[in-house]
Amino acid sequence: MTDKTNTPKSFQDIILRLQNYWAEKGCAILQPYDMEVGAGTFHPATTLRSLGSNPWAAAYVQPSRRPTDGRYGENPNRLQHYYQYQVIIKPSPPDLQALYLGSLEAIGIDMELHDIRFVEDDWESPTLGAWGLGWEVWCDGMEVSQFTYFQQVGGHDCHPVSGELTYGLERLAMYVLGVDHVMDMPFNAPDALIPLSYGDVFKQTEEEYARYNFDAANTDILLKHFEEAEAECKALLSLEAGDPKTGKRIILAHPAYDQCIKASHIFNLLDARGVISVTERQAYIGRVRALAKQCADAFIQTRAGGYVEAAE
Amino acid sequence: MADLLIELFSEEIPARMQKNALADLTRMMSEGMANAGLTYGDKSGFVTPRRLVLMMSDVPAMSMPKTEERKGPRVDAPEKALEGFLRGAGLTKDQLKTRDDPKGAFYVATMTAPGRSANDIIAEALEKTIRNFPWPKSMRWGDGDLKWVRPLHSIIAVMSDGEESEIVPFEIAGIKASNTTHGHRFLAPDEITVHNAEDYMAKLAKANVILDPIARADHIRNEATNAAFAIGLSLIEDEKLLNENAGLVEYPVVYLGEIEEQFRTLPAEVLQTSMAEHQKFLSLKNADGQITGYVIVANRSTKDNGAMIKAGNAKVLRARLSDAVFFWENDLRNVERHGVEPWLEKLSNVTFHNKLGTQGERIDRIVELSREIAPMVGASPDDAATAAKIAKADLASEMVYEFPELQGVMGTYYAKAAGHSNAIANVCTTHYAPLGPSDDVPTEPTAIAVSLADKFDILTGFWAIDEKPTGSKDPFALRRSALGIVRIILENDLRISLADMIGKGHEGANSSDLTRFIIDRLNVYLRDQNIRHDVIGALKNDSDDLALLVKRVKALDAFLKTDDGTNMQAGIKRALNILSAEEKKDGVSFELDPDPKLMKHDAEIALQNALDKAEATAIPALKSENFEEAMSAIGQARSAVDTFFTDVIVNDDNAIIRRNRLCILNRIRVLSVQICDFSELEG
Repeated sequence: MTDKTNTPKSFQDIILRLQNYWAEKGCAILQPYDMEVGAGTFHPATTLRSLGSNPWAAAYVQPSRRPTDGRYGENPNRLQHYYQYQVIIKPSPPDLQALYLGSLEAIGIDMELHDIRFVEDDWESPTLGAWGLGWEVWCDGMEVSQFTYFQQVGGHDCHPVSGELTYGLERLAMYVLGVDHVMDMPFNAPDALIPLSYGDVFKQTEEEYARYNFDAANTDILLKHFEEAEAECKALLSLEAGDPKTGKRIILAHPAYDQCIKASHIFNLLDARGVISVTERQAYIGRVRALAKQCADAFIQTRAGGYVEAAE
Repeated sequence: MADLLIELFSEEIPARMQKNALADLTRMMSEGMANAGLTYGDKSGFVTPRRLVLMMSDVPAMSMPKTEERKGPRVDAPEKALEGFLRGAGLTKDQLKTRDDPKGAFYVATMTAPGRSANDIIAEALEKTIRNFPWPKSMRWGDGDLKWVRPLHSIIAVMSDGEESEIVPFEIAGIKASNTTHGHRFLAPDEITVHNAEDYMAKLAKANVILDPIARADHIRNEATNAAFAIGLSLIEDEKLLNENAGLVEYPVVYLGEIEEQFRTLPAEVLQTSMAEHQKFLSLKNADGQITGYVIVANRSTKDNGAMIKAGNAKVLRARLSDAVFFWENDLRNVERHGVEPWLEKLSNVTFHNKLGTQGERIDRIVELSREIAPMVGASPDDAATAAKIAKADLASEMVYEFPELQGVMGTYYAKAAGHSNAIANVCTTHYAPLGPSDDVPTEPTAIAVSLADKFDILTGFWAIDEKPTGSKDPFALRRSALGIVRIILENDLRISLADMIGKGHEGANSSDLTRFIIDRLNVYLRDQNIRHDVIGALKNDSDDLALLVKRVKALDAFLKTDDGTNMQAGIKRALNILSAEEKKDGVSFELDPDPKLMKHDAEIALQNALDKAEATAIPALKSENFEEAMSAIGQARSAVDTFFTDVIVNDDNAIIRRNRLCILNRIRVLSVQICDFSELEG
């Protein structure tokens, strides 16, 4: 699909190129968040850091889980666990589109030979109380990224506005590498000592998790966990800002947000287990959104969220 | 005189917003300039995914001076009032004039505002336009506060006169107006400096930007048609998709692709929808009408003649169509083995609306309603019930889950596969019609019955739970359903009472309110056919038999366009006015039969005779719904009415004669109300 001399050889090659590219452009290369999330946006580096006035620039890979998308590793493009590459820059720089196109070149897409288009696609996350305007980016008719200018997160207007880029890594890599089934995609270099395909790494886990997500996960326990995460989130946020032990002002925005992430993932699992009716669905989404909003409220009361402590 | 060029250069504007944006830019700038007294000769505008362009010719350097008169205090008013007035007007006392009016003499100031520079006015209008631009959705970016549809990058604002060209001084949110822009994002990204509109157009054309959206659409259509012709195919017209494509590219380049053999078993609608929906491909058909090819509209040419672009798009299409084949084959296998019953069972667990129950319950209601409506429209109740039962089964199919817009069409395929007759199967598609105002309505009796049942069920349902459309909010497209009812009734000349139908639908729907809602749609429909709105108003709420109403409206509309009609209207209105005035005065109604013995005047007798004659024809004609004849008969009384009003004084000194004459006028009233409420008519 691409110019031979510059073609990446493997899935990880594409990831490494993106890491290098965005590092060069000045982003902090963060690591994945150590919790189960549905998309890279859930990483606090995006959700929370897009709030408040402090500038921010980060890029990272985020393993993402969508329990309902599991197909036992058999579908050529659908996975319950996949990777997103996420770039978040605040304030959004004026040349963000050009920067983005540069990243496509970095992974071997020759702009002279391909048809790149920006097609309207507005982004909304009902669970995060967030929305933005932007596009899905098409390369030869295929959606390769989501490009969004955040307008609101956790119910707060974003000011300044963050620019967010999300690459669906498997799909993008399959395209660049010319692979038809995700499991056939080379994970490391095909000429490595021990060449591994995506299937070598993930076929078994796709099977295991598909069975777990659809049939085995104990819904009673999950329902209880959901309630607990919700309660814990609220409890953490209800604490006084002044820490009795250190006397410092410590608001528990991140620990509380962890509970919100947990509740969100548990909801996704319950959804995959088919125990949530259509009407209940809205109610659960509303409960997660309420947590996300309260976490956002708390975060903007912290230093990273732009809060300036009054001089003592 | 100078020519103005404005370009607002931004990141990609959604295709669906471009046309309106151009109209809004043109309107807001013209208004802004006109309000400030700045004229222009011609104007033209263009829009691409990245730019909004406005050009105006012959703009003077200054606006016209504006003169206005301001009324001041009376000449005998206290000195203080005058001082205040002079201060406000910036004049001295000797510059004032005095004028008399019934209340006395007062001061008048004539104030002349000097002309203002065009640059200032344009800058002001542009600022207002940008800040108040009615984008359907707009956004902020970076750390700014300005809102635009996507980040705004640069603005050209140039006034040019021959070789002379200057930038209109203007700045908004840190963006300074300039005379520079960029060409095509990939083919000619360098900065371009422009002197005037002509130069701008020439340079952008060279920089791979086709400014005119119509030219882009034409280009796509022509290129696609020619390329398809060369391989024996023809383009399936899809104006909306064509325009959308024209809104996604600045430099359209057309590439053709062929649908692989393995996908050609898919129904044409599936191929077309999948390609249009996911990839914005136009479809190509062969001589047999089979879709065998497609058109990719790319935003560039490449040195490999689009080889990569074609290969990439073909790959995406293959994945999409593989999915579609999977759904299609699964669905077919299911209906061939088990019919549509398992789907109906599934639908009985799907919520339609939390206050209106499940899809299954809704289908059951439509079945019952179809059975009842069938005899009124000449359909067999059993056929209507059978068709209604399966009409929405495809909502549970995999294909419709994936492509909701294929509902109905898939139902017909599946119903046939399940062994239903073509006539019954077709109802799956046709009962949704009409979807748009120019769509065909169902004409086959079974389809009419199910279509009406469907629409009356949804309307009475939402009326019963009091969720009616408000303003622009109509999430369940109830207006469309109502218009559908109107059109099905009229275009099939059905004689049914709305109230009757509503009575058979959901309990608790306010019948008169819903009738009014449907009649409102009728009025919109008639207005679109250029029937005078007051003519429609004069018949309002008179009957809930739509076909009858429209017959009357059309006859009346035609009648009022004749000489007899306009004169008769004047005569009738005069009679109505006199009657209501005199009745109010006397506190009685003049409704007795006039007594011929009391008629002294020839004109009185002539009118009485003319009315006898008109009635003799008009009343039976009205009964047999021959409205043209009735109106022409009434029109023939016109000269008698005219003469009566010229020669006869209604308010005779003799109270008995006066009353008798008013009673003659009452005959006109009685006759006229059978036609319409003339007091509602204008003129």
